[in-house]
Amino acid sequence: MANEKKHTRILNKNKVSAQLIVKDLVLGYEGKVVSKDINFQIYKGNYLCIVGENGTGKSTLMKTLLGLRSPLSGSIEYGDNLTSKRIGYLPQQTLVQKDFPASVKEIVMTGFLGNHGFLPWYSKDEKRRAEEIMEKFGIADFRNKCYRNLSGGQQQRVLLARALCATEDILLLDEPVSGLDPKVTYEMYELIDKLNKEEGITIIMVSHDIDASVKYASHILHLAHIPIFFGTKDNYMRQGFHLWKTDEAMLRNGGGILD
Amino acid sequence: MINELAHYFSYEFVRNAMMVGIMIALGAALLGVPLVLKRYSFIGDGLSHVAFGALAIASVLNLTNNMLIIMPVTVITAVVLLSLGQNAKIKGDAAIALISVSALAIGYILLNVFSVSSNVGGDVCSTLFGATSLLTLTKTDVAICFVSIAIVIAVYVFTYNKMLAVTFDEDFAKATGVNANGYNFLLATVTAVIIVIAMKLVGTLLISALIIFPALSAMRVFRSYKSVVIASLVIALICAVTGIIASILLSTPTGATIVVANLAVFIIFSLIDLIK
Repeated sequence: MANEKKHTRILNKNKVSAQLIVKDLVLGYEGKVVSKDINFQIYKGNYLCIVGENGTGKSTLMKTLLGLRSPLSGSIEYGDNLTSKRIGYLPQQTLVQKDFPASVKEIVMTGFLGNHGFLPWYSKDEKRRAEEIMEKFGIADFRNKCYRNLSGGQQQRVLLARALCATEDILLLDEPVSGLDPKVTYEMYELIDKLNKEEGITIIMVSHDIDASVKYASHILHLAHIPIFFGTKDNYMRQGFHLWKTDEAMLRNGGGILD
Repeated sequence: MINELAHYFSYEFVRNAMMVGIMIALGAALLGVPLVLKRYSFIGDGLSHVAFGALAIASVLNLTNNMLIIMPVTVITAVVLLSLGQNAKIKGDAAIALISVSALAIGYILLNVFSVSSNVGGDVCSTLFGATSLLTLTKTDVAICFVSIAIVIAVYVFTYNKMLAVTFDEDFAKATGVNANGYNFLLATVTAVIIVIAMKLVGTLLISALIIFPALSAMRVFRSYKSVVIASLVIALICAVTGIIASILLSTPTGATIVVANLAVFIIFSLIDLIK
């Protein structure tokens, strides 16, 4: 705790400080290395896409950034006044959620709880903010509907609204469009892009979709390539990485031709 | 019939049984909602068998206050089971089944080998199905029960939103700074407390029913978390009252009758769900 505070103070002396500094991170399970030498820095307003094949540790990296699991070695430091209580997260959906009896509003509001301490109930301000966010995401009309009766795209909007209740600074998204049809996928990407461009919220997204990553991101972290690529989108494209499709992208393209 | 009921309720032990029955049913129903949603429906079954094993140990040791062993053993087991979570080598349901049958077997062997009473079969049967001890409650039993249930309800009300958050999405809750492990620990502890107290009412075999039936019935029909919780409470209350009254009038075993009342409600609610 003390170290964290000291660290933040030192960073704040510089004019622009990184929100997230990842140094020499090594990821893996039970001592087995999945990905290593991960180094990058994220500043406010960045839009980072983490790409790479299955098994290169994309989701593991995300869970490590969130503090849900610990790295084998290396460090993750928060700066720019960021703390774990100011992070929004859009996880992949779990089995439990598929038949969960809760209304949209009930789920969106749980985004506030990280900052609640022992306070058991929501404040008026929070209720108003939740309404605003639901309005903005076009889910206000469903506020009393049951989550499990919504379409996949609507459910993702609900979870994104919940994530936004938790933060005004940074959103971590784990494959936010998986399982969505092309139209809904496009709408989801546009919504996330709007949050980034209009409200200056930092985006870190794990994605299979290199085309969309290249279209929207400001920075790319490519885990499959060794050494790991981290840099701006322009650099990424200049080096031709985006043409080096992942298996999934190739499969999808192949499928497109067959169709 | 009303005269007959009035006659029974003029006895204090019948009134005590009714009060305790209602309180336990309400407590169990409250916890049932998060437990069922977390896929821990069988934790009631498992823990009550552990409590049975602990009871056997207590009676072998000839302790006057067997709660001194039963309560801590059951609470510790509950905490271990709920904290194993998804990362354990033996997954939740298998771990519960494993502990459940082992405790049952060990308890039964202990009672057989070191039996102090001549009617082991009857003793075991009454622990498993609750039988008569509900009608022999003392004032202290009622007071202990009342305080425990009050604590459970207070904990539930004060952690309601966080329990919802942790049950719906543990990773999100943890990532945004909610102490999910703490709330799981709390849920495990109050579950164990309810189960140990409920042993007197329905016996160890039927506790699961009190925990899962009201929640499952409510989920057939209701579509928000709050309405499911409230409906569970109402269902539990109605089933406890009708079950106890029916068991008095029909001279049936109390615990089993309450469970059958719950089953009836579940069938009705499932039909309503189908028709809608």
